[in-house]
Amino acid sequence: MPTETRLVEVRTKILKENDRVARELRQRFREAGVLVVSLVSSPGSGKTLFLEQTLTVLRRQYRVAALVGDLATDNDARRLARAEVPVKQIVTGTVCHLEAEMVQTALVDWQLNELDVLFIENVGNLVCPATYDLGEALRVVLFSVTEGEDKPLKYPTIFHTADVAVITKIDLAAACDFDRVEARQSIQSVRPGMRMLELSAKSGAGMSEWLQLLEERRREWSPAVP
Amino acid sequence: MHELSIALSILEIAAEEADRRGGALVKAIHLRLGPLSGVVAEALVSAYELARESSPFPESVLVIDEVPLKTFCAMCQQDRFVVSIQQMCCPECGAPAIDIKGGDELEITAMAIQDPLPGGQSSLLQSKSSSHAN
Repeated sequence: MPTETRLVEVRTKILKENDRVARELRQRFREAGVLVVSLVSSPGSGKTLFLEQTLTVLRRQYRVAALVGDLATDNDARRLARAEVPVKQIVTGTVCHLEAEMVQTALVDWQLNELDVLFIENVGNLVCPATYDLGEALRVVLFSVTEGEDKPLKYPTIFHTADVAVITKIDLAAACDFDRVEARQSIQSVRPGMRMLELSAKSGAGMSEWLQLLEERRREWSPAVP
Repeated sequence: MHELSIALSILEIAAEEADRRGGALVKAIHLRLGPLSGVVAEALVSAYELARESSPFPESVLVIDEVPLKTFCAMCQQDRFVVSIQQMCCPECGAPAIDIKGGDELEITAMAIQDPLPGGQSSLLQSKSSSHAN
């Protein structure tokens, strides 16, 4: 005779292990004075070119580096290496997102206090990365004008977990009949008050505003920086 | 599809909890799931049905409590359910929902378990020592 079934209370966050590692990372980043910025988007949104241009400009002034998540291939890491900054690939295999532990492992032989800004490019995916804290100080969600104005309405969760929304490939807006007002409304509907930027990494339009935002965040993050 | 890895984490936590309770059999796992967790209930259930096959609890089920999204509306000065995750505003006055209350829940709240039969010597000893501890 089996014993009776009874209900017991168990209060546990399912991602407690990821959350624990992410908290540790955030603490280490703060102590080392490195601003960590993660980028999330669909595949093909222009994330890698955006990051390449960002790194190229920032390296004149700051010590920058990048971690790049991809399901397979190190093509993006090789592209980013052209910016002549330290870049490390995290090949996730079948995993569709980065987790805090992957970031921790990738950083094992890097000296964080020798960096000012570290970028983490997540796997191209607007769904799964939303669930995992990576210890970053700033999460940026990107979508391109070729993806449509309603992208935020289709993937609201990632917009909720991000701090800034960036509309990329703005140089193609006219060619795509992209309605900028509607796109901004979509973002604000999903996440009222969200900071928004429009830019083109190719033409350079809007990049200065983005770099200025990074500068602001760096000062907020680490008030001691000159 | 990160629901499979979430399902595996759930089973891992359930197994730890069952161990802590002297090898209890897990019949059901109760979850709270918020709309901002990024986990879809239907997908999680499908993934769980796959993952439980190779777990100690192949007959266990998930009981999911989907938590609605709430905001404190500054205009109305009270808690409201937001219109939807796409339209984050107060359903009464239409003010933007800035102050979001939770919504990212992804947690186990309870488990339905069957305690092990008090047959074996070791489990008897265990229950004796735990009653002493209490």
